[in-house]
Amino acid sequence: MAPTLSSFAAPRGGAQCPSGGRAGTDMQNAENAAQTNEAVIKISKVSTRFGAQVVHSELDLEIRRAEIFALIGGSGSGKSTLLREMILLQRPDSGSIRVLGVDLHEPTDEAALALRQRWGVMFQHGGLFGSLTVKENVGLPLREHSRLDDALIDELADWKIAMAGLKPEAAGQYPSELSGGMMKRASLARALALDPELLFLDEPTAGLDPESAAGVDQLVRELRDLFGLTVVMITHDLDLLWQVADRVAVLADGKVQGIGTMAELAQMKHPAIRQFFDGPRGRAAQDQKIENEK
Amino acid sequence: MDSLSVASAAIADPASQGLTLSGSWTARGIGPDTPRVDTPPRGSASALVIDGTRIEALDTAGAWVLQKFLQRLRDEGNTVEMRGLHADFAKLLEVAEQQATGSAKVSSPIAGAPSSMLEVLGRNAATTLEEMTAMLSFVGASAAALAGSITHPQRIRWRPILHNIRSAGFDALPIVGLLSFLLGIVVAYQGAAQLRQYGANIFVADLVGLSMLREFAPLITAIIIAGRSGSAYAAQIGTMAVTEEIDAMRTLGIEPLDLLVLPKIIALLIAMPLLTVFADVLGVFGGMIMAQAQLGVGFDDFLDRFVKAVSVTSYLIGICKAPVFAAIIAVVGCFQGFRTKGGADSVGRQTTRSVVQSIFLVIVADALFSVAFSALDL
Repeated sequence: MAPTLSSFAAPRGGAQCPSGGRAGTDMQNAENAAQTNEAVIKISKVSTRFGAQVVHSELDLEIRRAEIFALIGGSGSGKSTLLREMILLQRPDSGSIRVLGVDLHEPTDEAALALRQRWGVMFQHGGLFGSLTVKENVGLPLREHSRLDDALIDELADWKIAMAGLKPEAAGQYPSELSGGMMKRASLARALALDPELLFLDEPTAGLDPESAAGVDQLVRELRDLFGLTVVMITHDLDLLWQVADRVAVLADGKVQGIGTMAELAQMKHPAIRQFFDGPRGRAAQDQKIENEK
Repeated sequence: MDSLSVASAAIADPASQGLTLSGSWTARGIGPDTPRVDTPPRGSASALVIDGTRIEALDTAGAWVLQKFLQRLRDEGNTVEMRGLHADFAKLLEVAEQQATGSAKVSSPIAGAPSSMLEVLGRNAATTLEEMTAMLSFVGASAAALAGSITHPQRIRWRPILHNIRSAGFDALPIVGLLSFLLGIVVAYQGAAQLRQYGANIFVADLVGLSMLREFAPLITAIIIAGRSGSAYAAQIGTMAVTEEIDAMRTLGIEPLDLLVLPKIIALLIAMPLLTVFADVLGVFGGMIMAQAQLGVGFDDFLDRFVKAVSVTSYLIGICKAPVFAAIIAVVGCFQGFRTKGGADSVGRQTTRSVVQSIFLVIVADALFSVAFSALDL
């Protein structure tokens, strides 16, 4: 069974009753959810320039509810910029971005705050606060945005830390004492603190050993299945793309050059897409997937 | 925004054998007053029916509170039956219960007892001692590296030295000049009132000349440079330590002391005496202007007297302090930078320490100079 957090989590106002919503997701959750046409993020005709350098030119993209969506592309193809634009850290020069039904063009302060509480972001290098322990880092959003008492927040933080796959001992440590993989997990635990509907992951497996990376694969899938999260990630990890992502968009030359499942992308001819499939690494990941399915 | 107005979680008690839960059981729906988990025990064991039909939303925070509430009821000997809970919510509640039973086994770390006065005193003493030893060994290492580069001049890195002379010396000219000019004005102004009483107006040249050249110019220069460049050294090296650049340098076979510390020390050793001369000139100039305005001592008279009153020795005494102050500032700044561990917090702390320590040591050194010079009758 895959309950969807999007329907439990209140933020869309008390009006929505879970039973009335689109709650009843069943076993084929991934496929079905991905095929529901509700767009969580809708990007239309977005253009971004840094000086003379054009990063995006009239880019269109739609991300649906409860899907695991991956953005890929070569270095400098504007993936990170697009992600930053989706989380209100940067503004496109033109075009519109709607996230969870809110237009990101000059939102009011209250709207921006409300929106920020509905998504969680895991940064590439963690973005953990060095002066706080892991538990304090995870509890921080709850302390800021809820009226829960401290003891309860600590218990919840412990739960999130366990959910992200960290050992309880890690809770009392400072970020500088953690290994790279633990840092990513701690960052994920903090991103999950407010039960977001939307989770952004920037290179979730970069710099991890294969075992930790496999752990992240599984974690992302579990979270989506348990909470019905929509996950948007930037990654170059071919295994993650083949095993976890529902849909993948390839960015190149300021536009989306191809979008679909990895199997669909494998049929496309565009050189920017081919680089993910040709070459020994691309083929190995593909073979692995086929083998798993057998 | 409607998304901010959340119906808060509530528990109603319509029948004696049942509870009705309603509202948003979410992080924002639960207030300090909401979960009446602390209600007094309901007496004898009973079979409770809890109606969850009207729960509008449930997130992990709500599931956790609900789970604790149910657990408490069970602990009191009630049999609890949950009814009407949406399937998704039930699943989440189940996960929360699993976590609760799992985490119960993990004992929370025991908080250490607050340390006693004596313990704090001892720890501080040990830390200070450790820091002093480390500082001494750093001074030794720097001195050895400096000696090494003097015997092997081809190892000296001139580009960073010139860059540092520019940033720590040339760029500091305006602020050093302005402050010593103002200091000269202040000294002359304070002296003017006293000297006028005795008709000893011309001695303002002695006052300004000796105090500026011997004491104030080197001191004000050192204090400005400690605040301006010493802190920059600590912050730069500290940030490099945090981002593992120092380790990278070592593995590449580049001695951080050679690349980061020596150029700074050499640059300050060159720049500080020059800055001190500049401060001398501006300080005396400020005194001259004040002497003319307040005491009617013209520039010519002032300079005539100045040449007679201030010996070359006095001038050199001031200048020879500058390299000592320079060495203190550069070494303390770099030393504190290398001691940075952890993150941004630590960079800030070490930078503060570098400034406080170098100003402290500069003033101590100045006092020692005074004692030494008076013993030598200079």
